[in-house]
Formats: sequence, C-alpha cells, structure tokens
Amino acid sequence: MENKNFTVSVYTENNIGLLSRIAAIFLKRHINIESITASRSEVNEVMRFIIVVNISEEKVRKIVGQIEKQIEVIKAFYHTDEELIYQETALYKIRSADFVEDLNIQDFIKETNARIVTVTPKFFVIEKTGKRQETENLYEKLKPYGLMQFVRSGTIAVSKNEMQISEILEKFNTTSVS
Amino acid sequence: MEVKTAKFKETPAATKVTVSGAEAVIKCLLEEGTDTIYGYPGGAIMPVYDELYKYRDTLHHVLTRHEQGATHAAQGYARVTGKVGVAIATSGPGATNLITGIADAQLDSTPMVVITGQVGSHLLGSDAFQEIDIVGISTPITKWNYQITKASEIPEIFAKAFYIARSGRPGPVLIDITKDAQFASMEFSYKKCSGIRSYIPYPEVDPEAVQLAAEAMNNAKKPLIVFGQGVILGSAEELFRQVVERSGIPAAWTILGLSALPTAHELNVGMVGMHGNYGPNILTNECDVLIAIGMRFDDRVTGNLEKYAKQATIIHFEIDPAEINKNVQVQIPVLGDVKESLELLLNYLKPNEHPQWHQEFKKYYDQEYEKVIKNDLNANVGELKMAEVIDEINTCFKGDAIIVSDVGQHQMVTCRYAKFNSTRSNVTSGGLGTMGFALPAALGAKMGSPEREVVAIIGDGGYQMTIQELGTIFQTRAAVKIVILNNGFLGMVRQWQQMFFEKRYASTELVNPDFVTIAKGYHIKTNQVTERAQLKDAIKEMYDAQEPYFLEVKVEKEENVFPMIPTGAAVSEIRLE
Repeated sequence: MENKNFTVSVYTENNIGLLSRIAAIFLKRHINIESITASRSEVNEVMRFIIVVNISEEKVRKIVGQIEKQIEVIKAFYHTDEELIYQETALYKIRSADFVEDLNIQDFIKETNARIVTVTPKFFVIEKTGKRQETENLYEKLKPYGLMQFVRSGTIAVSKNEMQISEILEKFNTTSVS
Repeated sequence: MEVKTAKFKETPAATKVTVSGAEAVIKCLLEEGTDTIYGYPGGAIMPVYDELYKYRDTLHHVLTRHEQGATHAAQGYARVTGKVGVAIATSGPGATNLITGIADAQLDSTPMVVITGQVGSHLLGSDAFQEIDIVGISTPITKWNYQITKASEIPEIFAKAFYIARSGRPGPVLIDITKDAQFASMEFSYKKCSGIRSYIPYPEVDPEAVQLAAEAMNNAKKPLIVFGQGVILGSAEELFRQVVERSGIPAAWTILGLSALPTAHELNVGMVGMHGNYGPNILTNECDVLIAIGMRFDDRVTGNLEKYAKQATIIHFEIDPAEINKNVQVQIPVLGDVKESLELLLNYLKPNEHPQWHQEFKKYYDQEYEKVIKNDLNANVGELKMAEVIDEINTCFKGDAIIVSDVGQHQMVTCRYAKFNSTRSNVTSGGLGTMGFALPAALGAKMGSPEREVVAIIGDGGYQMTIQELGTIFQTRAAVKIVILNNGFLGMVRQWQQMFFEKRYASTELVNPDFVTIAKGYHIKTNQVTERAQLKDAIKEMYDAQEPYFLEVKVEKEENVFPMIPTGAAVSEIRLE
C-alpha cells in the first residue's frame, strides 16, 4: 500500500500526559509525525489533536485503533486531504533594509494574499495562511531577501463529515449505570 | 471535585470521615475487595506503609525481595483468582524495578493496580533524591496511569484505576502518589466507578455478526477453533465448552488459552504456534473456517502471516476493537464480550461431529507421537528428559494443580505435556516472555488459591533472575512446590544457536551454584534427582509435602524442543525434527 498524507483527528479529555501517550503510539511503530497541533474543540472541555502523518492507509487505520483504545480518548478519526478543509500558517521575518528597496515585494505579497503583521525599522513580519504549497512558494520568493526567521504551524483541519462527538458524550450521560 | 467524565456508584463507605491520604489509599484498596498486596517499602511510600502497619489485620502485605517480584506475585494472584492484583513500591528505583512486571501484565492482559510513592509535589522536576518520571516511563506499558498530587483525588482515582484494570480487556494501571498527598488529610468517602465516558470496555455485540459466524460454522466442513486467554478473562469457559461440544469442532489453544478447556477433553486438539502440536498447526492451513476466540494472532502463533490460513474464512471473537484486522484480515469479526457473544452463538449452532475431519488430527497426532512424544516420555535410557518430569507430575497431581512455568524450553515442554482439569490453572508469561516470572508468580498464585497445589516449573537460567524470592517464600511459608529443570544451559537460545548459528554457543552455558544448598539456606525442604530411577519417589515426596518444597532435576543438557516452526516459516511448515 502506498504512503500518503493522512490527518488524524483525536478528541480527548483535557488531561496531563495524553499527548505523550498518543505520541508513544507513533514512536512504538517508528512513524514520524509530520505535524501536530492541540487545541480546545467545538465541545466544551474536550480537546482535539490534529496529527499529520505520511503512511499507508493500513497503518493509519491500526494507529487510530490504538489511539482510540486509550482510556481518555473519546474518538479518533483519520482523513485524506480530500475529505478535509485544512490550513497552515507561516510567519516570515525579513530585514527591513533588504526589503523596502525592492518594489516587487509589495506585488507578490498582494498576489499571495499574505499579510504584513508588523513593521519596524529593523524588520518586517509577514503572515501567510494556506495550503503547504502556498506557504512554501512564499518561502522560496522571500528567501533571496534573507529570511531572518521562518516558522510554520502544524496543519489544522476540519472534516467535511460530521464527527458526532457531542452525541457520543450525550449517550454516556443518558445510559444508565451497569 | 466534580467529575462529569465518569460515573460512580454509592457504597456503604459513602459517609465522610477525615483521614490522611495514606490511610485513604488503604481504605480504597479495602473497598475494592483487596486482601493481599505485594510490595517493598522506601522513603516516598512510607506514609502508606505506616498505615499498612495499622491495618495489618485486614490487609495482608507481602514483602517481596525485589519490586519485580512484587509485580509478578500480583500477576500470579490475579491470574488464578480473576481479581485485580496489587503491587506497591517507592519512587525512583523502586518504581523502575516494577517495569518488567507491568509490561508483562500489559502484554498478557492481567488486571493489576500498581502504586508508587513519589517525591513531594514541590520537588517534582527538581531531580530530587529518588525522583523519577514513572508516569512517563510507564505510559507505553499501562492501560492507564495517573499522578496524584492532592489527597482529595485519591478515592476517585483509585475507583477509576480498579474499574479500568478489571473491565473490558484487563490490564495494568499505575498510580503515582506524591508524598505530600499521602500526608495531607482529606474527607474520605468512596464510590465505585461504573463508567468513564471516553472508554467503552464492552463493545455492543452485533447479533447479525454472531449469526454470520454461526452460519459459517454450521456450513463448515473442516472448521478449527483456536482459543486464547479471552475465554478465561471473560469467564466464558462453560459456554465455550458448550460451543465446542455442540459444534463438534476441534479446538486448539494458544499458550494463554491453556486450561480454559480441560486438556483431556476429546475435542481438545492441542497447542498452536511455534512449539505447538503438529496437527493443529498443519491443519490451520487446511481448515475451511478458522474460529478465533479471545486470541490476538501473535506472531508466535501465526508464523509467517503471508502464509497463514489464507484458504480459510476467519471468524474473530474479540473484545478489543484494535485487535480486529491487526495481524490477520478476518472476514467475520464479532466484537464484544465473549460471554455475551458465545451465549448468542449457542442459539444458532447446529449439532455436528465432523468425524472425518477429526481423523486428520488423529493422523497428525500419531505422527507427532511416533517422532516426538514417544521419545520425550519414554526415553528409558540416557539423561532425563524434561517431558518425563512433567508426565510424572501429571501422574501424581492428576491434573488438579496450578502449574506456573517460567520462560524457555521447559515452558514449552510444560505447556505441551501438563494436564489440566480446570481453568485458571496455567500461569506463564506468554506475550513478554519474562524469564524470572515463575517463582514470584507461583507465590502469588498460591496465596490466591491456598487450597490448591501450586507447582512452579523453572529452568536454571530464569530461576536465577528472581531467586531472591525464595526469601519471600520462606518468610510467608507459602507452600509452593518448586521444580528446577537444570540442564546447565539457557536451553532455548542454545537450541537456536545449534539450529541457526552453527552451534556457536555464545554465552548460553551456565556455571551454576549448588541450588539445593541455596534452598536449604532459606530453610526450604529440598530434594535432588540426578537419575531417572529417583524421579517417581521425588515427585511423590514433593506432592506429599505440606510446606514449601524445592526439587532440582538434572535433565539432558542439549535437548531440543520439537515440533518447531522456524522463524519466517508457515505454520504448516512445522518440523518434527
């Protein structure tokens, strides 16, 4: 089975140590995590991890099974790029002196829909949100001007399909204790 | 602390009393029905030990000689009783010494709660004396773990820990408690945990899947059941026997499934896997329907996955969703509690006998008997064989003993030849293959089932990994019968060196001490067998002993265990020599 990008979404309780428990599952199978983010989710007090990996579908299916097995994981899913709306954000810090003298810059910032976040006499900070290729393109364009710093966030993504986490939690609240 | 993520049931202890965190720990254990715990004291757990002193009449603490021994003893106790085993140790080295036992319990799905002391919460992260991140270390090998830093958390965390350890597919849970949380006072009341919203221990059984399974089983011409420990963990032995008898399907076991069905049962066709029986391994690749019940297709069972039962429709009764299609693609998964699904299955199963198909097993058994078993059991000349010892134990103990084996050649021989009449009688380290498991596990097994005979069968290598637990056996007088099968080698590794490394015996020969003298030093009754003629009487004397007993048997130095599936080979490529 060929490797491709899968985005694993994990809904969890907000507990110390869960990140390490989830990361350990990838480590044990010698799988590199391309990016990982964690934040609160649409459900009150429920966290959501977004983990991007480049592996076969068989592997990602098994990984999701192992993640879901963890006690404090409510539900885990995996999706291909086509099943998601996803974005990354990149920040570019550029020396002002190299920058102001070249008028091309203003043009391609407009072209790429990048945004200037901060301007100081010493440096500019530009922000670009989009697909990996878009932030990558801007990186290539700005590189000749001498990037002082570059950083990119992990992928964040929402699925086209429903996740139904609230329904799972509601079911727990309404079923009687065995 | 208000918790929305879990549910708790009221218990008589729901009325509040003010106690220390340490006393709360003891009260939690008592509320969960714990009567025996295994452990080793030290600085960071001293407040709990102080309470153990006060509660010594209600909660029995067994002082092992090493923390690893405490975990294996707790495992032995859990395996024979079905209750949650409890081990306790201090922080730092006390905690790290528990790791092997926790990992073993994780791989063999043994319910266990492990308690560790931790440095005071103000010292966390300061590299304090005996501070170690035991929660971090134990994360990949626990079903769940948690660090308690406030006394008020103790009841809920313990309730959750016991619930998680014993429910669904059981496993080990570790609770780390900072010393200040043990000292602090709190309002104690106890409610048992009855559910956690992010955890589904018993997936709903799909009746349609059960019907599909029944249909496939009813229509099969050459069906084979392979059962694992799931049958025992799910307390489904009786239902399982009915399924086997109704369907007439030959039933083979994995190493941890052993004793779920009496070994003498006419439909029991023996062990699958690397050193299993000839017939069930070969016929795995000839059956038309393979019914896996409470087992996980371990590589020691399947051999080469590319050539494993490719011709068969595979049915998998399994409680853990992550096990479905993990190693083997199955056509009919039946998720859920085995007791529930087998009960449903019985409604649809048609009586059958499969006489011709059973003849196939008989045929292969006869071949195995001629080439292997006959020579193993009736050597008559030359050095004693391991199987002769097991056979003599069968004769004397009549299949009623709990047999605890260590890891290696003697383990394979024990599991191949030992007779069992009742369930929860085979205690061995299956998944992790932990040498040193048997001696402490036998101690725990004896304490869990004091009315039964417990025989530990151990090689001379593994014995020396936890030999210090003789001290615990001496101190507790737990009447464990210890049999050392001494061949002066790390036999299984030596066998591989002989077969696959041209007899380069790198570091496998052992220069052993006088084991009898060592046991005598612990005031344990001893005996030694160096010749065949002494065996019968020695086993009889061991059987009659009312106290701990040590028997060393000198066995053939370079015996090989067969049948054997070489690594990378298919189960049907099993070799008899």
